[in-house]
Amino acid sequence: MRPQVVVVGASLAGLRAAEQLRAQGYAGDLTIVGAEKHKPYNRPPLSKEALSGHGPDVTVEALSASLAFRPKSSIADVRWQLGSPAVSSDLAEGLLSLANGQVLAFDALVVATGLRPRRLLGDTPTRGRHVVRTVDDAVSLRAALVPAVRAVVVGGGFIGCEVASTLTSLGARVTVVEPLPVPMLRGVGAELGAALRAHHEHTGLQVITGQGVSRLIGATEDAEQVAAVVLDDGTELAADLVIESIGSHTNTEWLQGNGLDLTDGVLCDNQLRVEGRAEIVAAGDIARFPNPRFDDIARRVEHWNMPGETAKRAAVTLADHLSGHATTTDPFTPLPAFWSDQFGLRLQSFGSPGLADTAVVEHGALDDLDGGLVMAYLRKDRLVGAVLVNVPASEYRRYRDAVAPLPLAV
Amino acid sequence: MKVRVDMTMCEDHGQCAIAAPDVFRMNDESKLEYDPNPDDSLLAEVEEAADVCPAQAIFIED
Repeated sequence: MRPQVVVVGASLAGLRAAEQLRAQGYAGDLTIVGAEKHKPYNRPPLSKEALSGHGPDVTVEALSASLAFRPKSSIADVRWQLGSPAVSSDLAEGLLSLANGQVLAFDALVVATGLRPRRLLGDTPTRGRHVVRTVDDAVSLRAALVPAVRAVVVGGGFIGCEVASTLTSLGARVTVVEPLPVPMLRGVGAELGAALRAHHEHTGLQVITGQGVSRLIGATEDAEQVAAVVLDDGTELAADLVIESIGSHTNTEWLQGNGLDLTDGVLCDNQLRVEGRAEIVAAGDIARFPNPRFDDIARRVEHWNMPGETAKRAAVTLADHLSGHATTTDPFTPLPAFWSDQFGLRLQSFGSPGLADTAVVEHGALDDLDGGLVMAYLRKDRLVGAVLVNVPASEYRRYRDAVAPLPLAV
Repeated sequence: MKVRVDMTMCEDHGQCAIAAPDVFRMNDESKLEYDPNPDDSLLAEVEEAADVCPAQAIFIED
């Protein structure tokens, strides 16, 4: 019988894993299971041009088509099982159960089920509350964006700030509420976070920090329609729309009962092998693995380049297992990278600024971000990250190559 | 191979110039320049560039 590989998760990581399995010579059956009904599409535009570049009538079909990845011809024969998430699994027996009742048998598995947004507590009010993770989310938010709408973005991370920027450009009156002292603290540190806040406030954005949201209030005439956000100190912010961007949950419930470490995503070794399982690998936001470029602590990394990088290595690991001969044992040392567009600024990050103990301005000035800034992030005097703000792309390579060079200096 | 970048989609992220510096480069105005007919030996790095393009603007036509 032909071997069966099932890829669970039909986003970027799952797509790239399937393509790379073929590139590694795997010629058996391939099935990709997706919770959404759409084939893999590019998510970063959902908080930016997918909202600003379409009118309120944009359909889910049109948006998913415009954002769809172009799968390589090598996976033209892949079987797509879309629209029904995996709900449980028996790894010892090699069985996967989907929400629609189907049971799939597998010889090997790629775990790429990613994240779902965390939501504010409270089931009511139900209407006027949005998240931005899927095309369906973006279409729903776009339809709600009428001129002068009052929007409260809860959570001042990258997605929250990008959504705030996009909504402002579309004429909304936007307030960002962030419980930490500055926006994007984990991603860029206190100094640059404060500078970005000042920059964004100059453009008219209202930013409230050090406050969480205690509850939502419904409209008097319609309790299901959100009308206000109540902060921890009792302040009420009138809101027609609430965008919840307060982090994520990992989609690991379907793996429970198999003895895996699912503390935060799926624990993997450096080759993306799920701990203790030769026939199972993980890729994307859900994979928690050690990166010896930095240290030996296993971490999940939610940066845009990581699904592709982890999928490629996971595919090599799995193809080696299936073919019975190893092609590589080199340590896997990806350099995380992401970008963000907000309020006229382009941010480009290389490395892991979040691991740093010190941040220093390498170039430019914190009070003139438009003029270009390079922030260097040091951990015990070693450069572990850089964030570039409005720096010409022709200079990216130079800064990237300076970050966390290998071999790791101990 | 033939490489085409849809310049209406390109957002000047410069990631291709990092992945495949023999084929793509950002010029002094930080605009993309590229070789539309690179040698077939560069296929792996061109595919990498296409994969990592945030705007998915790179097309490989063989």
